[in-house]
Amino acid sequence: MSTLVIGIGNRDRADDALGLIVIDRLQAAALPGVRLATARGDVLTVLDLFEGTGRVLMVDAMRSGAAPGYILRLDASSGVVKAQLDSFASTHTVNLAEAIELARALGKLPPSLIIFGVEAADFTLGNGLSPAVAAALDDVIGQIREECACTKPH
Amino acid sequence: MAEGRNIKVDYMARVEGEGALDISIEGNVVKDVKLKIFEPPRFFEAFLRGRSFMESPDITARICGICPVAYQMSAVHAMEDACGVQVTGPLRALRRLLYCGEWIESHVLHIYMLHAPDFLGKHSVVELAAEHPEIIQRGLRLKKTGNEIVALLGGREIHPINVRVGGFYKIPGKREFTELAERLKVARDDALATVEWVKGFHFPDFEQDYEFVCLSHPDEYPFNEGRIISNRGLDITAQEYHDHFAEEHVEHSTALHCRLKARGNYMVGPLARYSLNYDKLSPLAKQAAASAGLGTSCNNQFKSILVRAVEVVYAVDEAIRIIESTERPERPYVDVPARAGTGLASTEAPRGMLHHTYTLDSNGVIEFAQIIPPTSQNQATIENDLRHFIVPRVSLPDADLQWQCEQAVRNYDPCISCSTHFLKLTVDRR
Repeated sequence: MSTLVIGIGNRDRADDALGLIVIDRLQAAALPGVRLATARGDVLTVLDLFEGTGRVLMVDAMRSGAAPGYILRLDASSGVVKAQLDSFASTHTVNLAEAIELARALGKLPPSLIIFGVEAADFTLGNGLSPAVAAALDDVIGQIREECACTKPH
Repeated sequence: MAEGRNIKVDYMARVEGEGALDISIEGNVVKDVKLKIFEPPRFFEAFLRGRSFMESPDITARICGICPVAYQMSAVHAMEDACGVQVTGPLRALRRLLYCGEWIESHVLHIYMLHAPDFLGKHSVVELAAEHPEIIQRGLRLKKTGNEIVALLGGREIHPINVRVGGFYKIPGKREFTELAERLKVARDDALATVEWVKGFHFPDFEQDYEFVCLSHPDEYPFNEGRIISNRGLDITAQEYHDHFAEEHVEHSTALHCRLKARGNYMVGPLARYSLNYDKLSPLAKQAAASAGLGTSCNNQFKSILVRAVEVVYAVDEAIRIIESTERPERPYVDVPARAGTGLASTEAPRGMLHHTYTLDSNGVIEFAQIIPPTSQNQATIENDLRHFIVPRVSLPDADLQWQCEQAVRNYDPCISCSTHFLKLTVDRR
């Protein structure tokens, strides 16, 4: 099954850059059979990215109240995940939870959709990753690579 | 003794940015309405000081993920004004085309995702999509065509990178424009279907006497240039802006309120543009407006969804016209040599007129920057609308009143992060 990894974020807002940095690192790793994409502002663009893709992994910074650097793995293919997803950061009108539930309502959800969230500490303008999130980077990339290598969906 | 109550919306959904609404009612009298904008100040004007005038379209594009083109256009026009250069011909036409893309993207997002749920009693577009997937699919398709214009001419969909002072960095090939025009012809049907859909909504009776302010151009529906006019006699150039408008700080908002020095609050946005420029719409857009039951002006902000739909028809129609009638420019830009001076420009962002003023030194380094976004110009009018809107509805239960007040704010498609700026609503009854 083809796999697409989508990194979501904004490079200019500290820990919100996480999703994009993960994609940079995966690009350098050149994983066979894995396509990479980013969503930087308009989360609705993920609906187009879902089209024709069997398995999608998404990675984004979140603000759920967990300790900074905490990694959450969420299977969004099975049911409504709005409550868990509302903690994902969005600076715009349609957030990730709404985009995913919109895709579900429109029958556009890929057969497998796994979301990795990393608890952020800082969303201020202009800063780089906070130490806790930078420290979690290798771990979340490792988990995504493991998921990519796995041929069967969880 | 009169009963008092407070209605507070601490977090208002389906608006762009962070703010709140506090309404205080004593008996049947509305004592106070505050649209509170508490998104932290973003200091863009300070970032711009000390940077080259050539960097202004790239820096200001970052103010907004929904209307970056508007910021870029006001910035480049103001810089060209400061340097005494006017961009004409095909480059000017292509700037208009880029603006069409942003209007389609932004208006369709607001119509389908943010505003329509209010009229249909839904909390979000997700509920709407579950019942009418084909309608929401159409909205997404139409919005995507707007994105495609911005991506082709702007270099990417969000925060375009291809706009420069004097024109563009690179002009796409003829074939790419022709292919885009074919997709726009499909989008034109979707735009007309959007008008047919929204005209069936129920609109509260809420005609108000607004001072409308927008640009006006002798030959075209305004995007990039024109005189600043109003329905109460204002008729000035962008260069005279500060003689007539003043920003003031109010305690409950991190966005400055902008007022007309002579008369106070005013309204910018689709209703203003439509009511003062109806005769410049294309025949198809006029036909769509007539079908929607709109006259040659509109004073009911709840009908702004209809006007936005008509403007989408216009933007699609205009985009096709531009592509079909514009020769590909030989050079992607004209040279704009730096010189010391002050430049001013207003352009029509989807939410209304957006003004920029810059002062440059002789090397083109920005010494002063002032950006006056549409939402900060509308804040006082939004508060005024709510005062009048609540009076006949004061006996409604808090939950109903809150819903309708939130809708009255969303009528403006407020872009709070642009004006600096999220919405929380509080109604206080005593």
